[in-house]
Amino acid sequence: MSERTLAVVAAGLGRPSTTRLLADRLGAAAAASLRERGDTVTLVPVDLRDHAHDLVDNLVTGFPGGRLRGVLEGVTGADGLVAVTPVFNASYSGLFKTFFDVLEPGSLEGRPVLLGATGGTARHSLAIDHAMRPLFAYLRATVAPTAVYAASEDWGGDADPLTPRVERAGRELADLVAGRAPAVASDPYDEPTPFADLLAGG
Amino acid sequence: MQFGIFSVGDLTPDPTTGRTPSEAERIKAMVTIAQKAEEVGLDVFATGEHHNPPFVPSSPTTMLGYVAARTERLILSTATTLITTNDPVKIAEDYAMLQHLSDGRTDLVLGRGNTGPVYPWFGKDIRDGIALAVENYALLHRLWREDVVDWQGKHRTPLQSFTSTPRPLDGVPPFVWHGSIRSPEIAEQAAYYGDGFFANNIFWPKEHYQRLIGLYRRRFEHYGHGSADQAIVGLGGQAFLRKNSQDAIREFRPYFDNAPVYGHGPSLEDFMAETPLIVGSPQQVIDRTLRFREDFGDYQRQLFLVDHAGLPLKTVLEQLDLLGGEVVPVLREEFAKGRPAHVPDAPTHASLVAARAGDVPSTQEATR
Repeated sequence: MSERTLAVVAAGLGRPSTTRLLADRLGAAAAASLRERGDTVTLVPVDLRDHAHDLVDNLVTGFPGGRLRGVLEGVTGADGLVAVTPVFNASYSGLFKTFFDVLEPGSLEGRPVLLGATGGTARHSLAIDHAMRPLFAYLRATVAPTAVYAASEDWGGDADPLTPRVERAGRELADLVAGRAPAVASDPYDEPTPFADLLAGG
Repeated sequence: MQFGIFSVGDLTPDPTTGRTPSEAERIKAMVTIAQKAEEVGLDVFATGEHHNPPFVPSSPTTMLGYVAARTERLILSTATTLITTNDPVKIAEDYAMLQHLSDGRTDLVLGRGNTGPVYPWFGKDIRDGIALAVENYALLHRLWREDVVDWQGKHRTPLQSFTSTPRPLDGVPPFVWHGSIRSPEIAEQAAYYGDGFFANNIFWPKEHYQRLIGLYRRRFEHYGHGSADQAIVGLGGQAFLRKNSQDAIREFRPYFDNAPVYGHGPSLEDFMAETPLIVGSPQQVIDRTLRFREDFGDYQRQLFLVDHAGLPLKTVLEQLDLLGGEVVPVLREEFAKGRPAHVPDAPTHASLVAARAGDVPSTQEATR
């Protein structure tokens, strides 16, 4: 039994937001699956809309302001991440990308990530595979095999194709998180490379 | 405790008039600013080194040599000297020459630089930034301490039987600070050699610099140069002053809003809350600067950035009048209060000469 945190990042702009709705369902499914294994789970919701100005300031100044700093630490310190974006112009939104652009390099390395996206029609569902997966591959995150795309039509109707997919994706994220030691933040300022190693070309 | 100013040497249009000074004007303005710094009782003038527009100071020792001839007391320094793309042999020679001409009033802050193309322009690779800083300084350190050097490394031609001339004045190399905005490796380097560490302290919140300076102090002690609170720390800072704070805010805002680097980003108020930028009355600048000691411990050198973002020369000179007349005298007095006797002042040529003569350990000497 471990204590786990899952950051649930949503880049939706509407209020209410279907992107947040999907993110919450994915987070809840992953949390439920972890709890079945006896873990304690804390969900950390992050709505990028609330930090849009701070994110742009970070791009301009090169450092995160105080409000944003806590948010970034919450995400980079989590055991797993749910990341959901609306599809804009056949890709993730600029706000979504900006968030991952301001993270310190390497800060998501090996981190289990579950991807999701929303859009008006199912025609954009491949944005997950042609845009989001390469981004997280570059970040060296460990991405769950199942990602979930929700089009407007998925939120109603009799068939409910969404629920089983959300549950499977949540289980996959839980598997990845459960297979890892709880996240420990490493700090290069606490343990610098000794100078002898630097001199030797380390 | 030393006080002074550092200049990036940017050529920025004055946002209130749209006027950009010529390179000639800006270069002469930097010299005027340096002379004024001495005149109002400051201790240090430091110039940046850049090799691309909109910056003018590509040749720091030429400028500092000229300033040296026109001043008597001012310490001439850099912020920063590029240890990555400059040949360490040329740094050894140029700054030893400056040290002689200035009668020892020379030290330097080494940095890596932050403009990507500068590396290829000088035949280097930015991915080697840290490795260049480490290897080049290791060579520079030897060139100033050994009369004849045989050397081989990765990043420059090997040397056989090489003597860097002129030899350092009185056989004592200029004091070196290592400057960094974010690299723990550079703090480690400064600690290893027992050199100074200069935190630019402009762009990032204090928590960040606390970690960097904390690392430097801890490792300074680890390498046996003294206790952590005896490590030699310099801080940057940024101030704009007027007699009353409303005037300062009103006058500085257009310069802030359009400044290179952080302009068109956060509000002036947010930036003042997040970083050491102080815009206000002399008393506010005093209060905020005194807090640096609480944040970082007793330290040795405080430099302010006062001449960037298109501020006209006349305004900058008024800033120096206020800094020298009203702020620094109070800071000297206040920083001296409660400062433990074992905390050293910044090394000067005189103190280093005395230390070498065995009078006192180097970091404990104070001659200011």
